[in-house]
Amino acid sequence: MSWQRRHLLTVEELTLGELEQIHATAAAFKRTLSRNMRKVPALRGKTIVNLFLEPSTRTRMAFEMAAKRLSADVISLDGASSSATKGETLRDTAENIQALQADMIVIRHAAAGSPLYLSRLLNIPVINAGDGAHEHPTQGLLDTFTMKEHLGSLKGRKVVILGDILFSRVARSNIHALTKLGADVTLVGPSTLVPAWFTHLGVKVCHDLRGALADAEVVMLLRIQHERQAAGHFPSLGEYTGMFGLNKTRASWLNPKAIIMHPGPINRGVEIDSELADGERSVILEQVTNGIAVRMAVLYLCAGGQPEQVSPVA
Amino acid sequence: MPALWIQAARVIDPASRRDAAGDLFIDQGRFVAPLSAAARKRARRIDGRGLVACPGLVDVHVHFREPGQTHKETIATGSRAAAAGGFTSVVCMPNTSPVADNSGTIQLMKDVISRDAVVRVYPTGCITVGMKGQSLAPIGSLKRAGVVAITDDGECVQSNDLMRRAVEYARMFSLPVMDHCQDYSMTQGAVMNEGVVSTRLGLRGWPHAAEDIIVARNIILAEQTGAHIHLQHISSRYSVDHIRRAKIRGVRVTAEATPHHLALTEEALAGYDTHFKMNPPLRTEADRQALIAGLRDGTLDIIATDHAPHTDYEKDKEFDYAPNGILGLETALPVCLDVLVRQARFKLSRVIDLMTRRPAGIVDLPAGTLAEGAAADLCLFDPEETWRYDAKSGQSKSSNSPWSGRELRGRVRTTIVGGKVVYADGRITA
Repeated sequence: MSWQRRHLLTVEELTLGELEQIHATAAAFKRTLSRNMRKVPALRGKTIVNLFLEPSTRTRMAFEMAAKRLSADVISLDGASSSATKGETLRDTAENIQALQADMIVIRHAAAGSPLYLSRLLNIPVINAGDGAHEHPTQGLLDTFTMKEHLGSLKGRKVVILGDILFSRVARSNIHALTKLGADVTLVGPSTLVPAWFTHLGVKVCHDLRGALADAEVVMLLRIQHERQAAGHFPSLGEYTGMFGLNKTRASWLNPKAIIMHPGPINRGVEIDSELADGERSVILEQVTNGIAVRMAVLYLCAGGQPEQVSPVA
Repeated sequence: MPALWIQAARVIDPASRRDAAGDLFIDQGRFVAPLSAAARKRARRIDGRGLVACPGLVDVHVHFREPGQTHKETIATGSRAAAAGGFTSVVCMPNTSPVADNSGTIQLMKDVISRDAVVRVYPTGCITVGMKGQSLAPIGSLKRAGVVAITDDGECVQSNDLMRRAVEYARMFSLPVMDHCQDYSMTQGAVMNEGVVSTRLGLRGWPHAAEDIIVARNIILAEQTGAHIHLQHISSRYSVDHIRRAKIRGVRVTAEATPHHLALTEEALAGYDTHFKMNPPLRTEADRQALIAGLRDGTLDIIATDHAPHTDYEKDKEFDYAPNGILGLETALPVCLDVLVRQARFKLSRVIDLMTRRPAGIVDLPAGTLAEGAAADLCLFDPEETWRYDAKSGQSKSSNSPWSGRELRGRVRTTIVGGKVVYADGRITA
């Protein structure tokens, strides 16, 4: 099966086959990352522009790292230094980037749907690095990649996503990836941040932490953005931690082999106790490393590479 | 101006319950009794075969953007769009720049209207100074300057006390108060209906409760004061239910539905197309059906377009950042024929009533009838002609329509204002 897609805008639009192709390609790239010579020549001569109109450290660095491992040239622009601050429209900024002969654009934007909008304007591939509260597809792909490394097939596996779901693009991309892979997904958190509408996406919604965590094999924590949108949706961070924070006692309700995940940035002592974040069940830093391989796979495939041609030739 | 003889049309005049094949005669700007044989020879004939002749359409909710936002629309271009859509009387919202909260701005509008408009254009004034919702605008002076209603449309008066004083005060002048029903505390940053689709798209939701609460507030105030409150662009099925129960009690509220809320749902937003972004937002299929049921049983009184022009470059943005609103005047009739007549099986005369006599009655305009002696405002349309609407080649200065490029069925052929043909077969003739 060959790869056809030029843009990666959402996980929702991917077929199960495409999702598995990305994972297989990421696995091949991951093997190259442990060698002495970690660069592959796959995108030599290509220029990738990272257009990050919203703050990001992890995602932006992982995309840069991935592009460099593929031997592409990378230019990163952030909101503060782009012409958006001078009133230039997203269309004009993007068309200029294309006119500067970029081969691919990676966009992070506060407004949902912006990558789709760009994909209709431009002739070059557009990769979504997070759009508002909509999707963060590479995060969903790397999270499920990490889960598969630990659990094997995700079919029927019990996964809990805990935290601010309403405003989370990470949650949405994971929901789509996990339901395609057959996992049994439960969303947990305050009722104001986990509305029942999510059940229409094929997942369960629950506000009882104990019942949800019982025998779960994966618990993914999401950051509580109390300083931003979520303000007013629950009383205080203290009450949140008291009701939903993951601590040692609550972690004991999980399946003994369960892994603990977090897309970062972590608020230690709020959604997760420090000792759990650093504990042996935590795979939080593995997620970050896998983020390079998964993004290499996405950049490579959308640039026209084929999964079976991934060669570990230095 | 020669007399006009419209021959062999299907004449529909809801005011006189007329719906029959026949002729219409216009002389000296008014509908008249059948002309004598001699006069007929001199009259200009318009072949009405296959066409419906009805009163010129009336829209009590348009934005013509003049003064101050004439890059989007002007009274000249907006009134041409009205003529092309079969509308002969339109009521402009006061959210211009500056806003129409004083008699000087109303006088300016009236001067431009008399110079540029090709249909009858009526201004409204603001409820509050600067449309800021803090203190009453000079409503008496606005009335004297010629407004037909007051409204802060686009904004909603949030203070219940101020709204109470506004409707009590406006009642003294028999001025209807039109309200855009939205509780802002519930809609911060909201860009679409709150529900399954907003959850999936990651867009901030505008809950129907934010409309329902203000609709309920307005019903209570209308009941308490006896004032007439007109509820603009109702979008929620719960609001329809509140209004229905209020009308049973005899409360003086009237309400409108827009063609887009009757024809479309939030499902249209799947591609983040800003041509489906408006306020109030498109809602669910259940809401859409409730609006149709509300028009059927009289809970909702009229159809109004909320014609809201914006330039291409303003609409061509990230969904969150694009302005609310779409064009309506040039597509309202075919869209309503489609949704109400062909799908919901309304009688054609009923739909015409909802777009002529009834809206004229809301703000007491001399329009909406073919009675002899009345001003000869007429819409002549082919209910079956299919055509492709191209907003860019339309009469409006803007082209922000979700129907652009789509095939529509039902097309206005001739529009007559005061006995003068202002639009005929695709061209403005005024």
